[in-house]
Amino acid sequence: MSEHITSALVAIAIGVLGILAYFWISNAILDALIGRSRRPNKEVLREQIRPWLFVGPALLFLFVYLVYPVFETLYLSFKDENSREFVGFSNYTWLFNDPEFHITLRNNLMWLLIVPTLSTIFGLVIAVLADRSRWGTIAKSIIFMPMAISFVGASVIWKFVYHYNGDVANQIGILNALVVAFGGEAQFWLATPLWNNLLLMVILIWIQTGFAMVILGAALRGVPEETLEAAIIDGATEIQIFFKIIIPQIMATIVVVWTTIAILVLKVFDIVLAMTNGQWETQVLANLMYDWMFRGAGDFGRGSAIAIVLMISVIPIMIWNIRRFRQEEMGR
Amino acid sequence: MSKPAERPLARIAASAGLLALVILWIVPTLGLLISSVRDKDALAESGWWTALSASEQTVFERTASPDQQIETADGWVIQGQLEIAATGYTITAFGGSQRTPNEGAPGSTVTLRNGTTLSIDAQGNYRFVSPDEPFTGSRGKRMFFSYEKPASFTLDNYKEVLTEGRLGQAFINTLTVTIPATVIPVLMAAFAAYAFSWMPFKGRNWLFAGVIGLLVVPLQTSLVPLLRLYSDVGNALGFEAKGYAGVWMAHTGFGLPLAIYLMRNYMKSLPKDLIECARVDGASHFHVFTKIVLPLSVPALASFTIFQFLWVWNDLLVALVFLGQAEDQIVLTAQLRALLGTRGSNWEVLTSGAFITIILPLVVFFSLQRFFVRGLVAGSVK
Repeated sequence: MSEHITSALVAIAIGVLGILAYFWISNAILDALIGRSRRPNKEVLREQIRPWLFVGPALLFLFVYLVYPVFETLYLSFKDENSREFVGFSNYTWLFNDPEFHITLRNNLMWLLIVPTLSTIFGLVIAVLADRSRWGTIAKSIIFMPMAISFVGASVIWKFVYHYNGDVANQIGILNALVVAFGGEAQFWLATPLWNNLLLMVILIWIQTGFAMVILGAALRGVPEETLEAAIIDGATEIQIFFKIIIPQIMATIVVVWTTIAILVLKVFDIVLAMTNGQWETQVLANLMYDWMFRGAGDFGRGSAIAIVLMISVIPIMIWNIRRFRQEEMGR
Repeated sequence: MSKPAERPLARIAASAGLLALVILWIVPTLGLLISSVRDKDALAESGWWTALSASEQTVFERTASPDQQIETADGWVIQGQLEIAATGYTITAFGGSQRTPNEGAPGSTVTLRNGTTLSIDAQGNYRFVSPDEPFTGSRGKRMFFSYEKPASFTLDNYKEVLTEGRLGQAFINTLTVTIPATVIPVLMAAFAAYAFSWMPFKGRNWLFAGVIGLLVVPLQTSLVPLLRLYSDVGNALGFEAKGYAGVWMAHTGFGLPLAIYLMRNYMKSLPKDLIECARVDGASHFHVFTKIVLPLSVPALASFTIFQFLWVWNDLLVALVFLGQAEDQIVLTAQLRALLGTRGSNWEVLTSGAFITIILPLVVFFSLQRFFVRGLVAGSVK
């Protein structure tokens, strides 16, 4: 055990010192090579090179870990399971004719519609309520807490909530206990199609509401007092103020929150893997992809094809983000 | 909004609604926490919400052996105290046979089949009387009774899951993954963010737009190529494809877009004069960055450090793909998931295991919540 800790510490030291050493040494070399003279052309050359020393490592990592793999995955999706022979579009034709993929698409669509929407609504409601309550800060902390919990940890928490211990009177899962208390019949919920999808979504909503609450709470505080006061003087009711004045003013933030959660939802993997592993019609794209990567000897062609479907579904959001950035830069 | 004080009714309604939501949010976690310190058997039999109330248990004990019977005016008598009562529990009911264990209230006398009588009081003092003939046989007679078992809590589940469940080792492995995978991208991104905000160079805006694009690229598209790359490099250089170094680099790559984005936005908002004055005084960019900008950017660094720490600690996918799943490399999330598969109905192991995996993030989260919230807001609202 102690041996393990020592090697971990050594590794940490090497990693961290290595990166610091790179920046320090590379800058020192640059200064030494192109002299410390203040002659204009040398100065200019030096200051043209230095930015690349600063961004170099980051760009290298971004390229190797994110940019190149996208193209490589696209390329591999046209090859067979061992990535040896070209197979044209056959991975895609297989995918679009696979019944499991149809269920997966249906589920992802359900996740995409339900989770971001409900998280945003809950987050907004809680942000509004907490603003008017004396103990709002504590309440917000509690709602926010699941953000720190891993998806696997959250899955254990909720699997216990949904637990079904056979056809007996005293259920230890609180959901079934409540069902029994209200005269219903205890059920193995995770194996009940459609219901089980909703129950898995509840987990992500539980986690992401805190995120929506924080962002929307900040936006709410940014709504100018004058507009609200004017509305009150004009005799608007609170409901009218909320829907006609506050919501339009924070609409841009609502969209950002919704899309951020939507991107997360597309990639949801851990929850499904831990709760059902895609059984009982709960499969989603990310888990299906993982499954094919390692199913049997692993089928990299099909796995890559599924990854490309995921990639394509985030491209609209990607383009929208970049355009928003460019507009902002012009506004500066 | 209108001042809350002016509308007491609205305020009460808001508080009630908020309370309901807070309860809804906390109950699942509370169930996990309470269950993790409950006795294994109690956990499997009753809901965690009953944990605080005492439970009634029905068992039997034997009387002292017939050798110790004494003859009195009532007949032959065996008496003594129940062992359970001697350890402090209260007897709630008793009976002479398995079918009628709750026949008599404490202190009363029950007549059994063959004319013998049994009485037990709340403190467990029993008196077994046979009016006509002496007791025979070598073993004591059986007495059935119920006693009240007060709520009890134990840390045994934690001991079990740390040793047998191997979460102790996994905890250390997770730390080994997390610390470098948090520190390295923070350093790298800080330098890059400075260059993107204050060093003019060709293509700067295009490259930064690219970084923003990469913010949403799903991890899944990277898995297959990197898996192949790692095994090729591993084969060529003669080391294992799965290992800590590979995971650190993967987390660095995946964490960089957000890190650069957050820190660049922060550094860009620093006063322009500050940097330009230092430059005019002859300080190189390296010095401006390390001596002026870096110390001023501590809040942004802290925000991202917390993000990345939570993300790496809680990650399952990257750890499953790039680390071995044997004891020397498996991380907490992967081990917990393995336990879900192999010990799926042993809730004493799962609840305590889950709590061990979430405790450190929760501590970090609650102590540094301010920075975390600031980072979230900076990363989203623009």
